[in-house]
Amino acid sequence: MKRIALLGMPNTGKSTLFNRMTGGAARVGNWPGITVELLSGKILLGGDMVEIIDLPGIYDLHGFSDDEQVVRHFLHDNVPDLALVILNATQIERQMSLLLQLKQLDMNVVVLLNMADEAKKYGICIDSRKMTELLDMPIFLISGKYGTGYAEAIQAVTKALRYPTPGMAEQLRSQLEQDEHIEAEMARVMKHAVQVPARLPDNLTEKLDRVMLHPMLGLPLFFGIMYLLFQAIFLLGQPLQGGVAELLTWLRETALDPMLSGLPAWLYGLLLDGVYNGVATVAAFVPIIILFFLFMAMVEDSGYLSRAAFLMDALMAKLGLDGRGFVMLLMGFGCNVPALMGTRVMRSRAMRLLSMLVIPFSLCSARLQVFVFITAALFSPQAAPLVLFSLYLFSFAAAILTSVLFKGRFANNEPFVLELPPYRFPTGRQMLMRGWLEVQHFLRRATKFIIAGVVLVWLLTNLPPSAAQASADTLAGMIGGFLNPVFAPLGINEQLTIALIFGFVAKEIVIGSLAVIYGQGGEALGGALAQQLDWVQAYSFMLFTLIYTPCLSAIATLRSEAKSTGFAAFVIIWSLALAWLVSFAFYQAARALGY
Amino acid sequence: MAALLRITIIMPGITLSTLNPGDTATIVAIHAEEALHLRLLALGFRSGKRIEMIRKASFSGPLQVRIGTTDVMLRRSEAAKIEVCRGAVA
Repeated sequence: MKRIALLGMPNTGKSTLFNRMTGGAARVGNWPGITVELLSGKILLGGDMVEIIDLPGIYDLHGFSDDEQVVRHFLHDNVPDLALVILNATQIERQMSLLLQLKQLDMNVVVLLNMADEAKKYGICIDSRKMTELLDMPIFLISGKYGTGYAEAIQAVTKALRYPTPGMAEQLRSQLEQDEHIEAEMARVMKHAVQVPARLPDNLTEKLDRVMLHPMLGLPLFFGIMYLLFQAIFLLGQPLQGGVAELLTWLRETALDPMLSGLPAWLYGLLLDGVYNGVATVAAFVPIIILFFLFMAMVEDSGYLSRAAFLMDALMAKLGLDGRGFVMLLMGFGCNVPALMGTRVMRSRAMRLLSMLVIPFSLCSARLQVFVFITAALFSPQAAPLVLFSLYLFSFAAAILTSVLFKGRFANNEPFVLELPPYRFPTGRQMLMRGWLEVQHFLRRATKFIIAGVVLVWLLTNLPPSAAQASADTLAGMIGGFLNPVFAPLGINEQLTIALIFGFVAKEIVIGSLAVIYGQGGEALGGALAQQLDWVQAYSFMLFTLIYTPCLSAIATLRSEAKSTGFAAFVIIWSLALAWLVSFAFYQAARALGY
Repeated sequence: MAALLRITIIMPGITLSTLNPGDTATIVAIHAEEALHLRLLALGFRSGKRIEMIRKASFSGPLQVRIGTTDVMLRRSEAAKIEVCRGAVA
């Protein structure tokens, strides 16, 4: 099968084009260097199946970044039948150096000058015919966003594939060092084929940036935008989540319960209370995840994240992170899982690991549910919002403390040099495709874990068969009793300990498991809790819930993103230790003060 | 290397980090380690190129500069490695 390699600098719309060609299998993002894994897709071109490989965006063929090495190794080991080079037409004056480097490799090359629509707006005039002549390579002006010029380009690609692949001689690679030659060649082509206005016209990006990056207004605006975003996600997401949950309960009551009632009690319990509830937990999450990613795709593709990184970098630098780390921390308030995946944009592994260490402290929506329930049960309506707010402060404090403590261990001196792309309005198609792909990833990863976790919870609360469900005689009860000496100094009783163990799987289960343990739900459960606990115990429990391991999906994501089980274990241990210490300090101090 | 470093320090040129928003200058030299040097080259930083300071973030935050049609943000510590002179180079 013939092979086409997609090559280009970051921010050229390479991934978008790849999605268009293959019908969608890669992420699109307005972030420099977003593609980390080699994505490939097979398509039919001129009657033959052709494989397209999306190589990471690189600035320089002999650079030192991971991505640049990946591309170099790829080209060295698998010479493609055709290199499809995508350049950003608005930045043609500097992007041509990469093209000339690639030209020296003597490969079959077709060049696409993307964002031709944007270049036109800037007044950049490119004579593609003249350029084709000067460079002796087929060159096409296209707009990946609107699809103009796409059909002609594909025709040229099909035609170019008919030629045999010239082999890449080893000595060609050494020629790559001839930067001087490239400079001269670049000047020659630019002079004859491209006209760039001396001063760029005042465009929308400049006007927006004057407000968005304003020295005084920039930060408040940024926080305002983030606040509105989360509000929107929850305002829209919670009714949807409730709807899906109701639908699944209805399905169970009307169809599954009668259908499976003939089964032995233990199998019925395992299938419905275990597996079905597990699937339902994940499924009820899907609307929020979809919304989250739709909004994320919008913010990311618009180019605003680069601005947020610009605004927050000064503060984050003191924590051993950079501007991008703060953006991820904020995303974590929705759900830690996509935030952990978002750290992919970081090139330095040390910085990426440090970010992944602090993200789990972000008070995610699942933990918020637990806190809302408990504050409503134990605090007055006046105090409840303040209690919630204080937990958000603790969430930030835990992240800051952790990064200050560990920044030495994850030291990195990666320079913070980032392109600031112009604002772009993502098309609906791009957003939907992106959202859908992320949801697929999430479901694939989360399903296995949640099903396994919930089955385990069911087994723990039901075995041995002689014990009453969720009583002290069950395995869960025994574990709760066993762990009691550890949790008693925090004011956390045996029942709450069991709930914490369940919360390890997912925080959504915490309130549900308390309902099982206390044999009461809703307001009655709140009353039972208020009778048994005072506010100091409840707050200590909430602090522990906030700081310890977020959930199994987050841990699984963390492990696969860091590609290290050891690091995942370290994150679990550190968060447990910190949770215990904070709860202990709070509970003992409050008691010592006479509360 | 040591000699080169000394020359850098003695040279009377100013660095990119000292420019004010709205200032335009010409890049004279880039005194960065190889990896950063290559990254800057690829982003269009070359001696002789015009560079414009667009804005500086508050709290000693990063800088936004413009080279040709590309906007780049970089920290002040990195900008201090880029030597510039005001006005056009003769």
